[in-house]
Formats: sequence, structure tokens, C-alpha cells
Amino acid sequence: MENKAITCKELTKQFGDFKAVDRISFEVNQGEIFGFLGANGAGKTTAMRILCGLSYPTSGEATVAGFDVYKQQEQIKRNIGYMSQKFSLYDNLTILENIEFYGGVYGVSRPEIKTRSQELVSTLGLEKEAKKLVGELPLGWKQKLAFSVAIFHRPKIVFLDEPTGGVDPLTRRQFWDMIYQAAADGITVFVTTHYMDEAEYCNRITVMVDGRVEALDTPAKLKERFNTHSMDDVFYQLARGAKRSGD
Amino acid sequence: MVKLSGQSPNLMPSVSLKNISKNYGEVKAVDDVSFDVEKGELFGLIGPDGAGKTSIFRILTTLLLADAGSATVEGCDVIKDYRQIRNQVGYMPGRFSLYQDLTVEENLNFFATIFGTTIQENYELIKDIYEQIKPFSNRRAGKLSGGMKQKLALCCALIHKPTVLFLDEPTTGVDVVSRKEFWEMLNQLKKQKISIVVSTPYMDEAKLCDRIALMQGGKIMSVDKPENIVQNFPKTLFAAKAENIYQLLQELRSDAAVESCYAFGEYLHLTMTDDTDNLQKVTDLAANYQHKALEVKKITATIEDSFIRLMREQNLKEGQNGK
Repeated sequence: MENKAITCKELTKQFGDFKAVDRISFEVNQGEIFGFLGANGAGKTTAMRILCGLSYPTSGEATVAGFDVYKQQEQIKRNIGYMSQKFSLYDNLTILENIEFYGGVYGVSRPEIKTRSQELVSTLGLEKEAKKLVGELPLGWKQKLAFSVAIFHRPKIVFLDEPTGGVDPLTRRQFWDMIYQAAADGITVFVTTHYMDEAEYCNRITVMVDGRVEALDTPAKLKERFNTHSMDDVFYQLARGAKRSGD
Repeated sequence: MVKLSGQSPNLMPSVSLKNISKNYGEVKAVDDVSFDVEKGELFGLIGPDGAGKTSIFRILTTLLLADAGSATVEGCDVIKDYRQIRNQVGYMPGRFSLYQDLTVEENLNFFATIFGTTIQENYELIKDIYEQIKPFSNRRAGKLSGGMKQKLALCCALIHKPTVLFLDEPTTGVDVVSRKEFWEMLNQLKKQKISIVVSTPYMDEAKLCDRIALMQGGKIMSVDKPENIVQNFPKTLFAAKAENIYQLLQELRSDAAVESCYAFGEYLHLTMTDDTDNLQKVTDLAANYQHKALEVKKITATIEDSFIRLMREQNLKEGQNGK
């Protein structure tokens, strides 16, 4: 148990009669890149909210970084990073201010923030832009910066919710280079995406359909099981039968 | 009703842009863009956020004035003849823009009425799509799922029988299954001789269009049939994979004999500096790095490969880092 970044056992979230998440079970290894896929309305967001310590499950068990999703939500929040396509950084703060803000929220010490933000800005090649407002950056740069900020406090796990939506193909790949680097540094990556080629970059993936985990394996084994060469097709075969659809 | 601006109706393109530019402050959102869309064509604007797709849609639907250049829709000028254009086109904006508090049927009725028509009059056109959401006709639009909202929005954009349909990223954030369904609907509409301009950030959807414009940073990098764009890929392209693919990527990328190398699904795609088409030579080069389960093969490019290539060239031209 203690070696797993995330464990879920029969995890369920019910809204009235509606089972948004229906007895899902899986484990994520440390340092793994774990793809969390599913059709719209399959229950991904609900499950992710529970794992991020933002919502209580109705039943079942789950731990994140060794902490319990019922009793230790605050510890979970402190030990994870989170980034989504929709919200990541404050447009009207500068790059350095954003880093400082997030570092501060997560309790990184002032001298640490100072050295690490210099490092970060130079790794990203943003020295000249460091004092510019984030709102002026192109989307691709924003997303790369947002990811760096999400792992600035060196969390054990980072949750990425469609991090590359709308990003150009070149930047999308640079973004995945950063994901690989983070995983190599020992950070567990939990990622959702609508790009099926990105599913291939994950060590293992799950496909959720109607609140349930319908498949969980390496991309290669899933393709073998569904007798196809593309993840697109695996997904299509699994999600085609979905009864619900939504946002 | 339609002014033809002196061109014969058969030769007149459905949509025509000549040197259109639009700036927002310092940002060149649309930078000297020209292209034509033929009658009945399914034309795709392919590019990421910030490419200028939405600005082009807004200029063509007469909701935004260009700073320079001219454009026509069905022969009507986007400035002088904006009223005719508004009556004649269907527009589905990127953001869901129906009335959330009205039901499915009320929304459709509303849009039919403001265009001076009825649901019955043009029902044939939307029948196949509308029947999928008809069981929910009394549900408020705000309570619909993503896929159903999209279908309703398409019905509302079609109910006045437009001759040109503008669809701004109809499939963004939509899962693979709904995306497939949506493109099937577009192909059905094409048979009704409606010209369709559709934008998407998903490169794999490009091949479903008759012709496409690849866009980046306000500029058009290429306009052609998808198959021609792919055929014009200037180099021999190879795919490689091995057990530790990320390490292989880094090694190949720093090898002087390799011109470019990037991840592409389960494989890496690479081109060689000397542009050899010799598979054995490339295999030997990769084998130097002693990977387990190494596989190398020659492949044909996809639209995404072409897009990446064109983007690199554009970046190099503008003196940015092209790596």
C-alpha cells in the first residue's frame, strides 16, 4: 500500500439515484504516467475531484500519497499538484508573481521560492518575459509554465486535466517532454486527455464508461485485447456502448 | 435577392477572402489571409488556439470588421452587404450560444421565427439530427449533455436553410465517439449542397475535409486537399520504437544524422539530415543505441507531421527556436 501513489477500492460517488462514479478500483504506481480516459460524462471529473481532496465519496476506499480521501483531505491537497486547461494561472500577475503566489500557498520558504523560480524561468527560457503579465503569453507557453508551477512545490503526484487542449502539435510534444521529465524525477502523473496519441505516451491507461472502469492496462496490451492498431479504436469500441453522455 | 458582384453564379466561390488582416493591439490575429471556398465544399481551418480561426469566422459572419483586405460570402461583401449575409449563413460559435432557459423545441422555434420561417418548412434538412434529440424536446437546453447541446446548436444553425454553414470548433473537448458522429452529420449535410467551413484543433479531423487551410499565428501555412498536403511532405519519414522510447527519443534527437525526431503515438517520427530513404541505414543508426525491442520502418506522413514541419519552417523564418 505505502508504495502506491494512488489506491482506489470500490470507490463510489452517488448524486441521488445517479452513480457518477460506480465502484471503481485501481492502483497507480509511484513515478508512473497514468492516463485517465473516458467519454464526456463518464465520471472522470467526479473521480478526480475525490482524489484531489475536493469532494467526499459516497462509499468505497481511496488513498492519495498514502492519505485517506475521507479523513485527510488537507494533507492530500498539500501533497499534490493540479493543473487544468481551463484554469491554471492568474493572467494579471507576472510570471514571477504567479510562481511566488503558488509557492507561497504551498508553503515553500521565501529563499527557496527565489532560487527555484530563477531556475524555472531559465529552464523555460523565459528570462526576458519573467516580469511580463501571464495574460500576454501565448497559450502554449502559458500551459508549460502552468505545469511547472503545478510541480513547483515538488508534490508526490500531479493531476493534469486535459492539459494540452487547443495547444499546437509542437508545443503539445514539448509539454509531454516535461511530463516525462517529471516522471523521471519521481513525480506520479495522473492525466486526462482527448488526444488518443497522448494515451500512447502513458505507462498505463484506464477507460471509464458510465461511471465504471471498463479497461485498465498498458496501451500495447489494450490494443492487443481489442485487436486493433490504434488507441482511437480501443476507445471507440469501449465508449460506443456508453449510455450516458454529458459534460 | 443575392447580388452577384458581376461574377457568374457557377464560378463564384461560396466564400472568398483577399488579404484579410485583423490586429488586436500588437497581436496580429489574422495576418494577410486569402483563400476561397467552393460551392458545396467542406473546408477545414486547422490550427491551435490563437491561430486566428475564430477571428476569420467573425469577419465572415459580419460580426467583426477586418483592418485590411476584403471578403465575400455568396458574392456579398462582408461590409456593404452584411444584412444579406446574416440572412443567408448559419453560424455555430465555439461557445454554446443557445438560450439555456428555453427548451430544445423553444430554441429551435425561436431561431426559425427570427429568420422568418418555421420548423416544418425546413424540417427535412435537420430531420436526421433533430430526431436524435427529439425525445428531450421539452428539456431546457442548459440541462442537455455536451453531445446533445452540440446537436441542438447545429439544428438551430440550419433551421433557416443557410447556403453556407460556419462551424467554429464544433468538436473541441468532445470525446472520440461524439466527434465521429458529428463528422458523419457534416457529410450528410454536404450532400444537400451546403458549403461548410469548419475549424478544429484536431489534426486527425483534417482528412475528413475536401480541402484544408493549415493555420498558425494568424497565418495560413498551406491550403490544399489533405492528400496533397501529405504527399508534399518534403522528406522521407521514418517511425521507430523501442522498449525505452523516451531515452531513444533523446538519443536520436541529439544525433547529428537526425534532422528531426518527435513522439507520435506509440512511435517516434524522424527525418534524416541527408534525407536518405534507406531503411537499413536508419535502422543501423538507431541500433547503435542498443535498445531492446527496436523497430524501425518507413512511413507516409500524416497531416500532423506536415503541420509540425510547416510550423518549424515558420519558426525558423521568424528566428524562433524551431526545435
